[in-house]
Amino acid sequence: MKDIAESYVTTDGRTIGPVVMEMKNITLRFGGVEAIKDISFNIREGEIRAIIGPNGAGKSSMLNVISGFYVPQEGEVWYKGARRPAMKPFEVARQGIARTFQNIALFEGMSVLDNVMTGRLTHMKTGLFAQSLWKGKAEAEEIENREVAEKIIDFLEIQAIRKTPVARLPYGLKKRVELARALAAEPSILLLDEPMAGMNVEEKEDMSRFILDVNDEFGTTIALIEHDMGVVMDLSDRVVVMDYGKKIGDGTPDDVRNNQDVIDAYLGVAHD
Amino acid sequence: MFYREAGDFNTSYAEDQQTFPIKFDRYRYYVVLFIAIVIIPFVINDYWANSLLLPFLIYAIAALGLNILVGYCGQVSLGTGGFMAVGAYSCYKFMTGVDIWWGGELLFRLPEFNIFFSIIMGGVMTAIVGVLFGLPSLRIKGFYLAVATLAAQFFLVWLFNRVAWFYNYSASGQISAPERELFGVLITGPSTPAWATYLFCLFFTVVCAIVARNMTRGAAGRKWMAIRDMDIAAEIIGVNPLRAKLTAFAVSSFFIGISGALFFAVYLGAVEVGEAFSITKSFLVLFMIIIGGLGSIFGSFAGAAFLVVLPVALKIVGVDWFGWPTDIVAHLQLVVVGGLIVIFLIAEPHGIAQLWRVAKEKLRLWPFPH
Repeated sequence: MKDIAESYVTTDGRTIGPVVMEMKNITLRFGGVEAIKDISFNIREGEIRAIIGPNGAGKSSMLNVISGFYVPQEGEVWYKGARRPAMKPFEVARQGIARTFQNIALFEGMSVLDNVMTGRLTHMKTGLFAQSLWKGKAEAEEIENREVAEKIIDFLEIQAIRKTPVARLPYGLKKRVELARALAAEPSILLLDEPMAGMNVEEKEDMSRFILDVNDEFGTTIALIEHDMGVVMDLSDRVVVMDYGKKIGDGTPDDVRNNQDVIDAYLGVAHD
Repeated sequence: MFYREAGDFNTSYAEDQQTFPIKFDRYRYYVVLFIAIVIIPFVINDYWANSLLLPFLIYAIAALGLNILVGYCGQVSLGTGGFMAVGAYSCYKFMTGVDIWWGGELLFRLPEFNIFFSIIMGGVMTAIVGVLFGLPSLRIKGFYLAVATLAAQFFLVWLFNRVAWFYNYSASGQISAPERELFGVLITGPSTPAWATYLFCLFFTVVCAIVARNMTRGAAGRKWMAIRDMDIAAEIIGVNPLRAKLTAFAVSSFFIGISGALFFAVYLGAVEVGEAFSITKSFLVLFMIIIGGLGSIFGSFAGAAFLVVLPVALKIVGVDWFGWPTDIVAHLQLVVVGGLIVIFLIAEPHGIAQLWRVAKEKLRLWPFPH
């Protein structure tokens, strides 16, 4: 294995940085059920890291551990070279970890622009009193952050629906707005929980392009869960495979494709 | 046609984010302000001030406050009456000089505050009490929170009834506002000029509305709305739910406290807590924002106007025009207002504010259908 503090260049010519997040022996239990059993893996800076596995393998639970929703009973999360103490999700967000959800979690009562602007909240520091006066500090900060939000809106090509209430949008666009909200936070790690679930081929192509562009242009580290194997194999630099809460494979897409345990997990195996 | 936005371009984010991005709206707002500030004070009389304008302005502040909590932050509260009482009693104590006792001895007595600052202090004290009673909102949601805030309503009314210190040990158990003036004009007491009380309340209403608008269009408002729409997602983007909910409680209670203080000091002059600030008041303000429109500044005004103006209008039509007996009109009022509320909620569950938005949408295109 490569040293965790060093960068390296992949066979596709992509430069992958040192390890930014490391999960060490994570175990997560819900009562008697072990959703995650003693899993370790790391995420390197600038890479696209996929987490795959059959339904119920514990992928989403893993993402929830990273984003602070679940606190694992055992194991450590290391982020940027330091052990992360047990944190509330909003504290994790302030450390620069943003995510999207499997079933869209947008703010339905707000416009697209307002949704994207909520992504900027971690960057907005004006006090309540200054906000009540608006003129001056609050307005300046608002405009400054609006500019960033508009850049993201341009980037994801949703300018036309800026002022539309989110509740009126079709599914594919909602997914894109959710990505915009996560990106607006300018995260160092972006977690995507099934970004392409329920999309047709064209929408998947669009989404894949956006994910690659985000990784390219902003250098954002991305960890994603996806069921479409074609997409996973094309997009990701490294893949973790989970089954029944255990890690059964970890490596480049090619490694994983030829791993017998992974093949067994997906295709089934004869028990004799 | 009537409502044009063609040719109205915003060329900067500052222009796009102003309160009234459309010119027509902006001028209408200036006209309304002009009439309210410059014209009405000259034509006002006691009847119009006391039956219509003062209650409208004061309830509008309470509705704004409750709307921030319920409409923007999604935390249902039934404690409005109790919080208004806190505003009223704090204002009274600061007007008459707060006395602090310890072991039967007077430790010190604050000087009597000017009426303006007494009312501000009413808001401040209510904000503190509101935050205290907002603490359960971190654990309980929806109807259950509404029931928990009922505790505030009953406890606060009981407190102001029982503890004689709050009403300065007066024999009647009432509080009555002493005569106070601002810039040499009487604001409280029995012989105040109508225009002065009107302008005093108008000032608070306008400032509160601007503050509410500024907060709800910026970062604070987005935090509140994020909590309202989906609290889990709000937390994942970095909103601290504890702080967001408690600031909503604080700001909301501040407004409600100011309206309670004005209600007591300027409008009624003397109150008995069980009568003036009972649970009925909580429901009244809640109905105002439901009818007016949750999550809308305009809706708060529309709701307050609807519930204040309608009974008066019915009385004028019934008693003055048709000459019906007063008691029949009084009963008719209840029937008609109740019926209208039901019809309203069926026809437009999102309130008058939504009706207004739809009307604007139609007026933009009139006389063409598309």
